Amino acid sequence: MNIYALVKRTFDTEEKIAVSNGKIVDDGAEFIINPYDEYAIEEAIQVRDANGGEVTVITIGDEEAEKQLRTALAMGADKAVLINTEDDLDEMDEFTVAKIIAEYLKDKDADLILAGNVAIDGGSGQVGPRVAELLGINYVTTITNLEIDGTSVKIVRDVEGDSETIETSLPLLVTAQQGLNEPRYPSLPGIMKAKKKPLEELELDDLDIDEDDVEAKTETIEIYLPPQKAAGRVLEGDIADQVKELVELLNKEAKVL
Amino acid sequence: MYTKKVLVLGEAREGALRNVSFEAIAAAKTVSGGGEVVGVLFGDAVQSLGSEMITYGADRVLTVEHPHLKHYTSDGFGQAFMAVYEQEKPDAIVFGHTSQGKDLSPKIASKLASGLISDVTAIEGEGDDAIFIRPIYSGKAFEKVKNKEGLLFISIRPNNIAPLAKDESRSGDVSSVSVDITNLRSVISEVVRKSTEGVDLSEAKVVVAGGRGVKSAEGFAPLEELAKLLGGAVGASRGACDADYCDYSLQIGQTGKVVTPDLYIAAGISGAIQHMAGMSNSKVIVAINKDPEANIFKVADYGIVGDLFEVIPMMIEEIKKIKTN
Repeated sequence: MNIYALVKRTFDTEEKIAVSNGKIVDDGAEFIINPYDEYAIEEAIQVRDANGGEVTVITIGDEEAEKQLRTALAMGADKAVLINTEDDLDEMDEFTVAKIIAEYLKDKDADLILAGNVAIDGGSGQVGPRVAELLGINYVTTITNLEIDGTSVKIVRDVEGDSETIETSLPLLVTAQQGLNEPRYPSLPGIMKAKKKPLEELELDDLDIDEDDVEAKTETIEIYLPPQKAAGRVLEGDIADQVKELVELLNKEAKVL
Repeated sequence: MYTKKVLVLGEAREGALRNVSFEAIAAAKTVSGGGEVVGVLFGDAVQSLGSEMITYGADRVLTVEHPHLKHYTSDGFGQAFMAVYEQEKPDAIVFGHTSQGKDLSPKIASKLASGLISDVTAIEGEGDDAIFIRPIYSGKAFEKVKNKEGLLFISIRPNNIAPLAKDESRSGDVSSVSVDITNLRSVISEVVRKSTEGVDLSEAKVVVAGGRGVKSAEGFAPLEELAKLLGGAVGASRGACDADYCDYSLQIGQTGKVVTPDLYIAAGISGAIQHMAGMSNSKVIVAINKDPEANIFKVADYGIVGDLFEVIPMMIEEIKKIKTN
């Protein structure tokens, strides 16, 4: 089976966000594989182990992203592809990213493509479905279970807390929701092996992509931090009085009851 | 100013329109700059819901009814939407950033080779000058985004853009469009409802959330009672889900759901940064925790240092008193 996992390098979830001149400051920040993409990589490895084949992880970015690809290889992916856009593109949006990935994948005969359902930085969740649409294949988002039997696929997906069982077939793109699996930590032998696994680096020219064809459709004008909340009131007195006061405040001052 | 024709995809759930449909109409009005707002509804029986979109500000409504549209599938709804799009050729599109909107909007944007500004929580300006505000890094920061050119396509986060006042005197045309829905590649064989009492966590006006301090699955009972009393939904921190006190579908945070209710009551939640990312934009936050040093008090508007099993039942009694007066 020909399996691909789409991966994004994101800020560590513990990182505080700092902004300067309307842009995120990323000096010295810790970076990780987007947590939802880890579920995608883990599932890709499990599907390969059960059905045979090969797992290729793909990312778009600059050479810093090599670290996250090596981590995916250490988890057990077979090959990695870094599409380096650093010299070619200043601004990218979801249109840009999806088009580049689809251009790379269009002649790869992918049976299964996995991605996270959303990245914890941009948070739009667009790239997976956009790629599937560009490739002309079906997709199912926010999946929590995947069973493959030949080309038949049975999926459970999370729909705002409810679950839906879906029957479909390969080729297919799925996006991972929390609960799909427990992503493994790279083992020491895995880390050693990963150093020797193939990591291909491509630029837009290698994919015959003209910069104008992937020009972003939307533009970020400014990034800013939410206004600091004024310190709240911790109530005092005995508990019964506090509760009375709280309910009174919620009713009269906050007007939310 | 150039006025826009805007298509708004409404969303029905169990025979009623979801609130986000009306919020999307309000967003569409802003975007239209005085142009036309056209509501769109898909389902197996949605014709009768069209007039409600008009009372909330749509100028007219188009419905597509088909047995294959009873349940949402990206293929079915995608075909229906593209048929309506081809007929109307709008300048802008507004969806709700719901499970359905998140699934469908990138497909449509990809078909139309357009941009898509997802998960919008506020709009500045109107018409051509509209700028869209959306949370990034799970609400730790915000970005202002504009459409560079061509079709404008946005999805709006539920509970953030206020709907227009309902006006029963408004009238408008509700007509059906006939679309042949074929070749669905996904078949839904089962739907299991797990959400509490039909109140959807992401749309709830009140969320009562429990953390490790709830101590057990049974410990959620008073939280459920309070949520029910307030017409809200129950949520949880990752800690409570990891400890098996509740289903992961209730998880609020960086992984999990992002909620912005009018009232968020955090009970026995310490306030890890990942949890705060999912709820810190709630309008009013109440924290109940035994530990006075808990992080959650830093974002709370009102805090009670105390045992949730003592505080919540008392709150229920106090609120009942108000409700009966």
